[in-house]
Amino acid sequence: MISEADLAAIWLTLKLATTVTILLLLIGTPIAWWLARTRSWWKGPVGAVVALPLVLPPTVLGFYLLVAMGPNGFVGELTQSLGLGTLPFTFWGLVVGSLFYSLPFVVQPIQNAMEALGQRPLEVAATLRAGPWDRFFTVVLPLARPGFVTAAVLGFAHTVGEFGVVLMIGGNIPGETRVVSVQIYDHVEALEYAQAHVLAGGMLAFSFFVLLGLYGFQRKYPAWGLR
Amino acid sequence: MGFALVSTTAGCPVNGGASDLQAQFRLRHPGAHSSTFTLDVDLTLPGKGITAIFGHSGSGKTTLLRCVAGLERPEQGRLTVNGETWQDKGLFLPTHRRPLGYVFQESSLFPHLTAQGNLDYATARCRAACSKSLYDQVIALMGIEGILHRHPAQLSGGERQRVSIARALLIQPRLLLMDEPLASLDFARKQEILPYLEKLKSTFDMPILYVSHSLDEVARLADQVVLLEQGRAIAQGAAAELFSRIDLPWPSGNEFGVVWQGEVVERNEQWHLARLVCQGSELWVRDAGEALGQQVRVRILARDVSLALACHEDSSILNRLPVTVEDIAPDRDDAMALVRLRAGSNHVIARITYRSIDHLQLLPGKQLWAQIKSVAIVR
Repeated sequence: MISEADLAAIWLTLKLATTVTILLLLIGTPIAWWLARTRSWWKGPVGAVVALPLVLPPTVLGFYLLVAMGPNGFVGELTQSLGLGTLPFTFWGLVVGSLFYSLPFVVQPIQNAMEALGQRPLEVAATLRAGPWDRFFTVVLPLARPGFVTAAVLGFAHTVGEFGVVLMIGGNIPGETRVVSVQIYDHVEALEYAQAHVLAGGMLAFSFFVLLGLYGFQRKYPAWGLR
Repeated sequence: MGFALVSTTAGCPVNGGASDLQAQFRLRHPGAHSSTFTLDVDLTLPGKGITAIFGHSGSGKTTLLRCVAGLERPEQGRLTVNGETWQDKGLFLPTHRRPLGYVFQESSLFPHLTAQGNLDYATARCRAACSKSLYDQVIALMGIEGILHRHPAQLSGGERQRVSIARALLIQPRLLLMDEPLASLDFARKQEILPYLEKLKSTFDMPILYVSHSLDEVARLADQVVLLEQGRAIAQGAAAELFSRIDLPWPSGNEFGVVWQGEVVERNEQWHLARLVCQGSELWVRDAGEALGQQVRVRILARDVSLALACHEDSSILNRLPVTVEDIAPDRDDAMALVRLRAGSNHVIARITYRSIDHLQLLPGKQLWAQIKSVAIVR
């Protein structure tokens, strides 16, 4: 039923989604914190840039990333000068693309949770002698935890489901960039409907149960959903 | 019973009174409807006891307290607490470096921690070690032994506030700030907490700034009162002195009255009454179990005082005092006036109608009798 190529694609997809989710939680948390706290004029523009992948066709995002990371792009020149070669058509190129693609799905739930906190718990902690870092780790993180759970689930699921960006900057290299969504496409192109059904059905079930679990979780913590 | 808290070092020792609190703040808040609220105060307050900051809502009480805590950054500010400067030109200690405790108006317990966890949050961050005896004393003082394992959501409003107060005490503050700690509670819960606050005052000798818009609370608790109106301190003084002034914009109505200090000199077991001597004036009050010789504070509400030209022995009124009219001021209610009377070395204030003033032909210097319908021991 499931071929070795299918298993490789599933394994690669899980590896990609896990890597991206972990990196996005690290990158997205300070961005979300800044967006939730700042009164700067830059809040609007930065928030819009973060949200762009929600509305852009993945091909547009993929196209620009391909150009930027290519041998003549500024990212490409940087990676070459560091001796890393170029990123397109590699696993790490996919990771970079997915970071952009899934960014809003991670930043927004965390930002919402942090905004819902308000100023008060932080003021209380300050009157109890907690400094800024102390306040962040002992008050903000635990109180915003539902936001982090939502962010991790959405970031992971969304990365699993990406196709356009992968195709643009990753291509279709077995074991390197051929994720499940691309593998399904290949099966269909080759008229291997039975194998396509197995993978597509698996994705459908996976997505459904992820969202079911998430909505159940959000019913418990209503204030922390996606915008 | 009183004991000093272990002092922590923060801020820089400087000139200025070693045992007072000097606060000067100027802060402009853009308000709604293009109105601007300005806080502009320059206060010197005693470095011990409870100082009440009293005023209507919107008078700037909470803003003043937040300035003291460093939660607001005024354009101009200077703050010295018992000889240590917390704020001055070029110096602004952030809140977490100020050795203060803060009790917020509504419950401010961390919802992700149990009551115990909330207390531990304070003890873990207190600069001085928290001795077991202090810990036990605070827990016992606030009566929260039995509820420490619970989460804030499982506590009543009154219990939450008691845990909040305990948490603020366990940080071992040099200054305790309380922002209407009872305002979010109903009458019964207020009555439940007030005795704890009174005990707190007699147990710890740190200065307390107590923001309130309730005359009742202020009369019960405060040694000193600062009256705020529209961001300015319009009067300040000892509670007894300030509450005998009728030229101040007290809230109208039923709550206003003078505060007397007295001593229990006799207890009548037959009638369950106690006789007090308050700087020369004698009062009978209900015997609430105070010991002979004990100092008590009583409150005589202006609405409970009526005036008569003769001493009527044939009435149910227990307390009749010979008084002299000092001055008369309008009440917020057009029909009513406040009449300030001298009784021995105390003042008593009567809230009566202008019609009665006309009828009795009251003028400063006139001698008559004050009939006091009820006297409440407030502490």
